[in-house]
Amino acid sequence: MSDRFPSSLGLLARQVGYQNRLFRRTAISAFFTLAFPLIFLLLFGAIFDDIHVAPGEAVAAAQFYAPGLAVFTAVSATYTNIGITTAIYRDEGVLMRIRSTPLPRWIYMGGIVGSAVVIAVVGSLVMLAVGFGLYGLEMQADRIPAAVVTFVVGVASFSLLGLALASIAPSGQSAPALAQATILPVAFISNVFVVVPDPARWLDVAGDVFPLKPFVEAFYAAFDPFRTGSAWEPGLLLRIAAWGLLGAVVAVRRFRWEPSTGTGSGGGRGRRSRR
Amino acid sequence: MAPEAANPTGRVADVPAVAVSNLTRSYGDVLAVDDLSFTVEPGEVFALLGPNGAGKSTTLEILEGHRHRDGGTVEVLGRDPADGDRELRDRIGIVLQEVGIERELTVREVLEHYGACYRRRLPVDDVLALVGLEGLGDRRTHRMSGGQKRRIDLATGLIGDPDLLFLDEPTTGFDPSARRQAWEMVDGLRSLGKTILLTSHYMDEVEALADRVLVIAGGRVVATGTPDELRGGADRDTLIRVRFPVEASGTVDGLLSALTGRASLRNGMLEVRTPAPTADLHHLTTWALERSLELDGLEVNRPTLEDVYLDLVGHGGDPDDPEAGGLAGV
Repeated sequence: MSDRFPSSLGLLARQVGYQNRLFRRTAISAFFTLAFPLIFLLLFGAIFDDIHVAPGEAVAAAQFYAPGLAVFTAVSATYTNIGITTAIYRDEGVLMRIRSTPLPRWIYMGGIVGSAVVIAVVGSLVMLAVGFGLYGLEMQADRIPAAVVTFVVGVASFSLLGLALASIAPSGQSAPALAQATILPVAFISNVFVVVPDPARWLDVAGDVFPLKPFVEAFYAAFDPFRTGSAWEPGLLLRIAAWGLLGAVVAVRRFRWEPSTGTGSGGGRGRRSRR
Repeated sequence: MAPEAANPTGRVADVPAVAVSNLTRSYGDVLAVDDLSFTVEPGEVFALLGPNGAGKSTTLEILEGHRHRDGGTVEVLGRDPADGDRELRDRIGIVLQEVGIERELTVREVLEHYGACYRRRLPVDDVLALVGLEGLGDRRTHRMSGGQKRRIDLATGLIGDPDLLFLDEPTTGFDPSARRQAWEMVDGLRSLGKTILLTSHYMDEVEALADRVLVIAGGRVVATGTPDELRGGADRDTLIRVRFPVEASGTVDGLLSALTGRASLRNGMLEVRTPAPTADLHHLTTWALERSLELDGLEVNRPTLEDVYLDLVGHGGDPDDPEAGGLAGV
């Protein structure tokens, strides 16, 4: 037995490529993850004019909403996408087949996360590029490192939360509803679509509890036209990372490879009869 | 039969491919596997035969490392599958029941993807030929029929060039011609020298494929041997069947004790398996004449293989299992 297993890095790269290929060939997930937030950008671009912040001084409206939509794209590509597809593959029994091979489990999960991060990067870059190209979005070059680090912390944390979502979703069929029911209300109180000018205190606090608003605010800091000085928000990053850690704990403890059994709509044809 | 001759691979020849002793597993109060012991020798095609709910799949899943056991020892290729170790999974191929395939991928992409996980692998085209999917490698899996998907299952089990292949009910749900083709495939694997452990609830399948059979029911061994041996003893018996009038059933006790063969009375049918048909027929007819009874539907036959199996597993198998009755229709 002098043969060696393929290198972990090579296997991981292959897994990322494999997950990306699955994503590209599933039109519906590509649409909801990438096209849906972009449609918001185009709609907002058509609706809002430049905003006059001082006499004779205007800021492009995109400066306020494009960063939030870029974050929303990243969260769709990670949390929503991972949570839904992993639960579906589990119910179809694909995860059982994976588990029958010698592929280390962390490499499989790493492939899921790596692919989601690639999709998040591409989606958010497209979003920002359209903002820069069409809607007068601007960014100071010295704020790029803060934006990149915030983005990395955010997508890593939301990927882990996506794995946690897949772990607690009772079935592949219920996963989409669970994903949307958790992310959409939170998005509305997290300044993703609109910045509520003077929110009720409870809305403000509710937004702060969840990780999306810190992600939006920390990322927006790099675009904030009124901000002076550094765009770093270490306190917000810590809060995002704490949620990521929580997601990791849930995923490690609750992740399942077998299709859901039991009654109800779950499982579909992947259900296995056993007494 | 034991492959104790020179072994070019240097592997210790007397280590069985699978060694199970006193294996137990229960689900709640139900003892699914009850003190099961058996060994599978390298190069052998070994079948676990039994009705639904007999504990076949549970046993197989424990051997595959997909399910934990409550007690007993299990060694697969000299390792404990409960350790979940990568070395072991590299050397076994697993063909599960009802396992999904990525519908977005072509057959070739699936095989390349799964093949990449193993240390050694068979060429994709060789595997496609082996399972009868030549020329279909570039088709998306969701465009394949149910039987073709089962072949993809087999192909993903083989792509890593396993020493030991687990096949869980490889032909359940197949039509007769698809079953015949699947049997030919397994026969082809045998000639490659693979050790194969399969489960089945079809006696004819086991007869066609297996070198040795373990018949289990209710999680326990009820018989073991080659298909010929299983039939052997029972084959020498004669099966006497007769329909009994309901009102007579209360008076058969004297008759049953007089018979030399094994008699059973079910659903108004008396069945006697006997090595001495002349004497037992004499007892039976005398008993009927004394009572002026007509022996309706009297049959004297040699038992078929199916009869042997049904007799072993207790006719309908597990009475709690509504599906088990379907066996009789095979």
